[in-house]
Amino acid sequence: MNVEPSIATSIGPIQLDKPVMLASGILGISLDVFNRLYASGAGAVVTKSLSTAPWEGYPNPTIFSVKGGGWINAVGLSNPGAAYFAKMIEPNQDVPIIVSLVGSIPSDFESMIKEFEKCKVKAYELNLSCPHVAKVGLEVGDDPGLVKEIVSTVKKSTNVPVIAKVGLGTSNYLNTVSTAIDSGIDAITAINTVRAMAIDVETKRPILSNKFGGLSGTPIKPIALRCVYEISSQYDIPIIGCGGISSWEDAVEFFLAGASAVQLGSAIGDNWVGVFDDINKGILDYMKRKNYSTIKEMVGLAKKS
Amino acid sequence: MQRNLNHPTIVTIEKVIEETPTVRTLVFSDDIMPNVLPGQFAMVWIPGVNELPMSIMISKESGKAAFTVRKHGPSSTGLFNVPVGGQIGIRGPYGNSFDVKEGKILLVGGGTGLVPMMRLLTFLKPTDDVTVLMGAKSKDEVFFEELANDLLKNNPHRVIVSTDDGSYGEKGFVTDMVEKLVNETQFDAVYVCGPEIMMYKTVQSAHSRNIFVQASLERMMKCGVGICGSCCVGEDLACRDGTVFDGEHLSTNKEFGHLHRNKAGILENY
Ligand SMILES: Cc1cc2nc3c(=O)[nH]c(=O)nc-3n(C[C@H](O)[C@H](O)[C@H](O)COP(=O)(O)OP(=O)(O)OC[C@H]3O[C@@H](n4cnc5c(N)ncnc54)[C@H](O)[C@@H]3O)c2cc1C
Ligand SMILES: Cc1cc2nc3c(=O)[nH]c(=O)nc-3n(C[C@H](O)[C@H](O)[C@H](O)COP(=O)(O)O)c2cc1C
Ligand code: FES
Repeated sequence: MNVEPSIATSIGPIQLDKPVMLASGILGISLDVFNRLYASGAGAVVTKSLSTAPWEGYPNPTIFSVKGGGWINAVGLSNPGAAYFAKMIEPNQDVPIIVSLVGSIPSDFESMIKEFEKCKVKAYELNLSCPHVAKVGLEVGDDPGLVKEIVSTVKKSTNVPVIAKVGLGTSNYLNTVSTAIDSGIDAITAINTVRAMAIDVETKRPILSNKFGGLSGTPIKPIALRCVYEISSQYDIPIIGCGGISSWEDAVEFFLAGASAVQLGSAIGDNWVGVFDDINKGILDYMKRKNYSTIKEMVGLAKKS
Repeated sequence: MQRNLNHPTIVTIEKVIEETPTVRTLVFSDDIMPNVLPGQFAMVWIPGVNELPMSIMISKESGKAAFTVRKHGPSSTGLFNVPVGGQIGIRGPYGNSFDVKEGKILLVGGGTGLVPMMRLLTFLKPTDDVTVLMGAKSKDEVFFEELANDLLKNNPHRVIVSTDDGSYGEKGFVTDMVEKLVNETQFDAVYVCGPEIMMYKTVQSAHSRNIFVQASLERMMKCGVGICGSCCVGEDLACRDGTVFDGEHLSTNKEFGHLHRNKAGILENY
């Protein structure tokens, strides 16, 4: 007896109709664009990481693709600020929006969450892992004391689920995961971009204006997959896989490694917005072929085989 | 390894043409840029300065392309000052292109918005009846008039220049001239690139008369490939869905002609 499989998924307390989300920092600037991406099959959209004040970000070049594949960016977390953004998304009813926040101290996060009181927010994602802006992101993620304070404060300030996004910094990212779990986090997104650079041999200069940026796209997929596998092997926490996902096979690989949902960004640069529906269809076909009726049945299977 | 179009390729400036006191054309050799579609742009890296979106200009010599830049803020001034022998990085081409129609064609360009119009001219048929309308602030700032006449020498054509102060050609705003022209002639297509208010009025003039019209939009651009989101106009991404949009579509876009985003992504009035 075969029932039509469902690609709906839950990441702890967060329920989604579809398992592929837009990752933070990609196209995440206007509600009109969010509506479009949701209509294109994204299960949720994560906003650009928002700060307490508007940031212009770094001068260009801020993004380019690497000769062997993948992208390096140092946009510098440019964003219009939490207050402005909250006003913009206030009318939203339909799109599951996950608000990404970046800051240096607990009160930054607390004050930003207040701005979103009137908005329908599916979850907050704390960016503890941006590799190219000082005093936020990885510099926070690498400091267990600060992670503990921030996560505990945020959990006290809201009833909305809270996700911590981790990446590869100077300390072991698994410590950040474990601290975040101890402080009450609801889920983990792994991973952010990996600190990287490129130098132009003709002009003998680093290409990015900021010199260093974050590597994303296919080259980091095996690393991200390893992280998801490691986290799910050591901790009982819902995981969102992120890094280099561009096809349904990639998404399924992350489910098998232990992720309950995935995010993608760079693949949009290569395949544009049709990528969401393509992946959703591929996952569904795979489920039919393998006789799975829910995503949950696949999660973490690679650890058992 | 094959060229990665999203990675800067270094080219050397071979010639600099002074168009006006504030506008220069920088010519370089390349395999790809000379053959792009009309309306496409490149991201141009001026090492140590910035990276800017630039329309890809034609060159009279085969195998060569160019950028025509107006000295404005620090970044465009950086490009303006690159000397012969200087190196810049280019990636792209990016964006869609104008749909090339046949018959009675009107091209409207303001300032460096004329750049995509010059390439579009090279795609027209000798049988097309072409009107080129060029807008400039004053006589000093008029350029490409001779080039347009030259490119159209085998076509029935006219090149009309209008200056805001009347120091050369017709006096007045380009958009008033557009209104006059579309009243007189049933054009088969109107193409426009220039300051957004000028494009907005041109699109309104043509679209309200059911004339096919396309405009090439400018927005703050960082990636050029539809990742960063900085160039959004309503639900459209100027770099990826455009830069060329139909008047039909633009007339439904709430931001076109009214709002654009600054570097932090905050909407500002034009
Ligand atoms: C698709 C496209 C094609 C273009 N083609 C040409 C061309 O052929 N010739 C030409 O002279 N100019 C062209 N421009 C405009 C050019 O990219 C710059 O915006 C302009 O030269 C001013 O830059 P600036 O940094 O010197 O000025 P600034 O003083 O630094 O900035 C002034 C204003 O310029 C704009 N600007 C600055 N940086 C960018 C950016 N990265 N992307 C978009 N706008 C920016 C913003 O509106 C800003 O407020 C084009 C722009 C776009 C989007
Ligand atoms: C242009 C760009 C901007 C990004 N901005 C953010 C950001 O603001 N906050 C964040 O948490 N991650 C940011 N990221 C990281 C992505 O969310 C994602 O973790 C990373 O790109 C890996 O996924 P991908 O390979 O599918 O792109 C950004 C990535 C890119 C390419
Ligand atoms: S310039 Fe980045 S999305 Fe258009």
